[in-house]
Amino acid sequence: MFDDFFTRAIIAGVGVAIVAAPLGCLVIWRRLAYFGDTLSHAALLGVALAFLLQVNITLAVFVVCALVALALVGLQRHATLSSDSLLGLLAHSSLALGLVVLASMTWLRIDLMGFLFGDILSVSIVDIGIIYLGGAAVLVVLAVIWKPLFAATVNRELAEAEGQNPDRTNLIFMLLMAVVIAISMKIVGVLLITALLIIPAATARRFSTGPEQMAVIAAIVGVAAVVSGLFGSLKWDTPSGPSIVVAALALFLVSLSPVAGIIINLSKRSLGEKL
Amino acid sequence: MPDAREPLICLKNAGLEKAGRWLVRGIEFSVRPREIVTLIGPNGSGKSTTAKLALGIHRPSEGEAQRKNGIKIGYVPQKIAIDWTLPLSVERFMQLTQSLSPAQISAALEATGIAHLAKAEVRNLSGGEFQRAMLARAMAAKPDFLVLDEPVQGVDFAGEIALYELIGKIRDELECGILLISHDLHVVMAATDQVICLNGHVCCKGTPDAVVESAEYRRLFGDRAAPALAIYQHQHDHTHLPDGTVRHADGSVTDHCHPDDGHHHHEIDHSEPVTNANRKNDHV
Repeated sequence: MFDDFFTRAIIAGVGVAIVAAPLGCLVIWRRLAYFGDTLSHAALLGVALAFLLQVNITLAVFVVCALVALALVGLQRHATLSSDSLLGLLAHSSLALGLVVLASMTWLRIDLMGFLFGDILSVSIVDIGIIYLGGAAVLVVLAVIWKPLFAATVNRELAEAEGQNPDRTNLIFMLLMAVVIAISMKIVGVLLITALLIIPAATARRFSTGPEQMAVIAAIVGVAAVVSGLFGSLKWDTPSGPSIVVAALALFLVSLSPVAGIIINLSKRSLGEKL
Repeated sequence: MPDAREPLICLKNAGLEKAGRWLVRGIEFSVRPREIVTLIGPNGSGKSTTAKLALGIHRPSEGEAQRKNGIKIGYVPQKIAIDWTLPLSVERFMQLTQSLSPAQISAALEATGIAHLAKAEVRNLSGGEFQRAMLARAMAAKPDFLVLDEPVQGVDFAGEIALYELIGKIRDELECGILLISHDLHVVMAATDQVICLNGHVCCKGTPDAVVESAEYRRLFGDRAAPALAIYQHQHDHTHLPDGTVRHADGSVTDHCHPDDGHHHHEIDHSEPVTNANRKNDHV
């Protein structure tokens, strides 16, 4: 049952889930779900350009996502369109552009579904290396900027008044998002990355009393979703990305159920006894 | 200890233009250590904008906004919406931009009267409780310069008086400069050193009683405001000298003033720092 590719997929998926968790919490707190969606849609354009220019796919996706993020910041500052319209414009035009560029390369035969919905078969040792090195870098940078980033998330002006630089931390945060999208594309596919960011974090919300705790619980939920989703994918021969997202959704629904409510009350009571 | 004469922040002919409209213009004032400066003015007169110029959140379109290098700033904004998805306890909220010891946290919460809410989630607090949490957060790190944008909104009347007393105490203990924004002139009047009345520009400024008597102030708030403030109109019968001694109306000089002395005379331009240990007595 533990074929080699499957073990690799589990290891890669667990890495992605752990890195995505804290960023997913920030996406939820900052109401950036659609922003994450836009970046991940733009990832397909990165894939197309990687094939066109013969460069590393992960690198190309990161560069395109980072450029789209910067374009978004610039447009939001000067544009006459509202943020959500801008996001929609960028998301779908970059997705369409990516599809057109891919289709125009007639000599190229690639499995588009793998990029859209994830492809566990294609996870290599090199991919795992990229995920863990990139992921570790993301977590280290995030740990360094966590305090000012969280302060700016609660209230930007307060953070700025008290000597922090929210513009700079926001920029770093966007680059981290681009990295996470680039490294998780192979596991869940460009269309479902936002789900991997948001659903574990949303599941963790009810069980958390602090921001850091919520990030850790989201990571645990994410790992559980990846492992159960990949097992389901193997058993029922379903695509890996959607299977992981369905597993995450199942965990989210369980967290809303009365059973979870009882667990929360019990843990609060035991916490209360300690105080 | 910073030089008491040197302003913590200084606005020089500062103005802010947005989308072709001047939100404020020609703002000129400074806040020195141990000084409470109160901004008053009608809605939309640029009180919060002026505070944000002083804080450096907005850069002035003309003029200058200078902050002394290396000063520690505490800020209580007018409105904060905490997203319900944010799991944030009062304790954690206190440490948003600073690291505090448990003793500092409990002392600040104790002072603002919400020690029992240390572990409560911020989004479950009432408006008044949240204001207290914000004030506790801002004061806990011992700032040099504190900006309070309507700090008592949503606080009940008894609590309001207690918080104003606390703000006076913060000034005395931390020796910080405070910029206070208020819609509530007559309570603020008691502890403040300088009032600046805004209406897109500085329409008048000076000691509390000088402002109340000015024609500009009456034009802005109408004659009805003056009687409401009458209880704070007072006679100057003694002056605080820079060396801490007090010169009385009859020319005698004593070490400090007495509760029955009546009211202080403060320089309108505050070229001299106010060094008065007993100041609270005669304003209460």
